[in-house]
Amino acid sequence: MSIPLSLLAILSDRSAHGYGLKSRFEESTAGAWPLNVGQVYTTLRRLERDGLVLPEEGEGGARQTWRITDAGRTALEEWFGTPVEDDPPARDELSIKVLLAVAADAVDVTDIVQRQRVATMERLQRYTRRKRAADPERELPWTLLLDALILKAEAELKWLDLCEARLAERGR
Amino acid sequence: MTAPRRDGEPLLRFEDVGRGYGDGPHAVRALGPVRFDVRSGELVAVMGPSGSGKTTLLSLAGALERPTEGRVLLRGRDLATLSAPARAALRRRDIGYVFQDLNLLPGLTALENVSLPLELDGVRLAAAREEARAALDAVGLASLAARFPDDLSGGERQRVAIARAFVGPRELLLADEPTGNLDSVTGERVLRHLRAACDGGRTAILVTHDPSHAGWADRVLFLRDGVLVDEAASGAGCLVRVEDGP
Repeated sequence: MSIPLSLLAILSDRSAHGYGLKSRFEESTAGAWPLNVGQVYTTLRRLERDGLVLPEEGEGGARQTWRITDAGRTALEEWFGTPVEDDPPARDELSIKVLLAVAADAVDVTDIVQRQRVATMERLQRYTRRKRAADPERELPWTLLLDALILKAEAELKWLDLCEARLAERGR
Repeated sequence: MTAPRRDGEPLLRFEDVGRGYGDGPHAVRALGPVRFDVRSGELVAVMGPSGSGKTTLLSLAGALERPTEGRVLLRGRDLATLSAPARAALRRRDIGYVFQDLNLLPGLTALENVSLPLELDGVRLAAAREEARAALDAVGLASLAARFPDDLSGGERQRVAIARAFVGPRELLLADEPTGNLDSVTGERVLRHLRAACDGGRTAILVTHDPSHAGWADRVLFLRDGVLVDEAASGAGCLVRVEDGP
C-alpha cells in the first residue's frame, strides 16, 4: 500500500492536518488498515521535500494543515490512471506452502488442502456475517472491502479444489 | 406434523444414512454412511465435487427417496415408517423445495403459484392467498404478485420459488443450487432472504458449489465420495478489525 499516494488522494479533496488525514484515511478504507499518526507526519515531510504538498499558513505543530500542490495532483492522477499489477505475484504463504508440500514427498498434501479449506471457509463465513450486519448504503467502503475479502476467500477455495483434483489425477 | 418441539431435539437427524442403487456387481453407493443433525433455525450448506452425493442427501432429507441404510428422522420421526399419504402430506406441509428447475406454473401468477400448495392442502382460498401475499412480501415481491412467471426476471422467479417453498407453516427448506446462474448481486439477495428466513426460525439445507453462497450458512458440510469429510462452522472470531463493523 502506498501511504504517500493515499495521503495525496485525501488531500486532493481538501486540506487537512496530520490527525485529520489519519482519520479520513481510516474512514475511507473502512478502518481495515490503521495508520500510525507518526507515520503520517513522516510521510508529510517527505511529500513536502518532493514538492507534492505544502504547509498552509497559520498554526504550526499538530494543528499545521497541509495542501496538495499541482505536482502532487499530477502524481496522484498518474497513480489512479495506472492499473495495479501483481506480476510477479506478491509472496503468498498458502501458494508457497502447497507447492513445497507437493515437492516434499513425505507430506500429505490432501490433508493440508482439506485443513486449509475448512479454515478458509470459516473465514468466508465470518466475512459474510459482517456483511449481513452492514448497511451497503450507509457503509459503502466497509461493504466493498468485505466483497473483496469474500471473493478472495472464494478464489482460494476454488484453487484448493483444483489442487486436489489435479493431485487426484496424478494419483497423489 | 404437529408433534411439539422438544428442546435439544434436532429438527432433522441423519443416523448413519446410506443410499445405494442397483444390486450385485453393479451396486453403487451414492451416499453414506453419513451422520449429522440440523437444528431448528440453522442454515446448513453442503458442498462437494460433482457426484459426491449432495443431491442424494437432499432427496433423502426431503423424503423424496428412502435410505437403503440408517434412518432419516424429522423431529424424531423416521421418514421411512410413514405411510405414503403421510409422506405426501409431510412433503406438502412441512418441507419446501427449491430446485434449479424452479417448476413455476407458467399459467398462474406469482401469487397463485405461491398459494397453490396451501390450496391443495385444503386451506380456504382467501386465507391461502393472504398467506401467499405475506410470503411474497417477505421476499420483497409483493408488488409483482399479479405477474406471470414469464414477465419476471430470473432473480424474481427464484424469489417466487423461495416464497412458495416457505409459504404456510413449513419449517424445513431444501435448496439445490437455488441461485442458478443469477448474477452476484441478485444471487446475494436470494441468499439474504434465505438467511433472514432462518434467522426467523425456519431451517434450511443449501446445496451449492459456490463458496460465497455457502458463506451465508451457519455450518458447511463437505461431502466427498458420499461421505462427510469435514465441517466448517464460523465462530464469532475477529477479522479485519477488532470491533464489530463500523
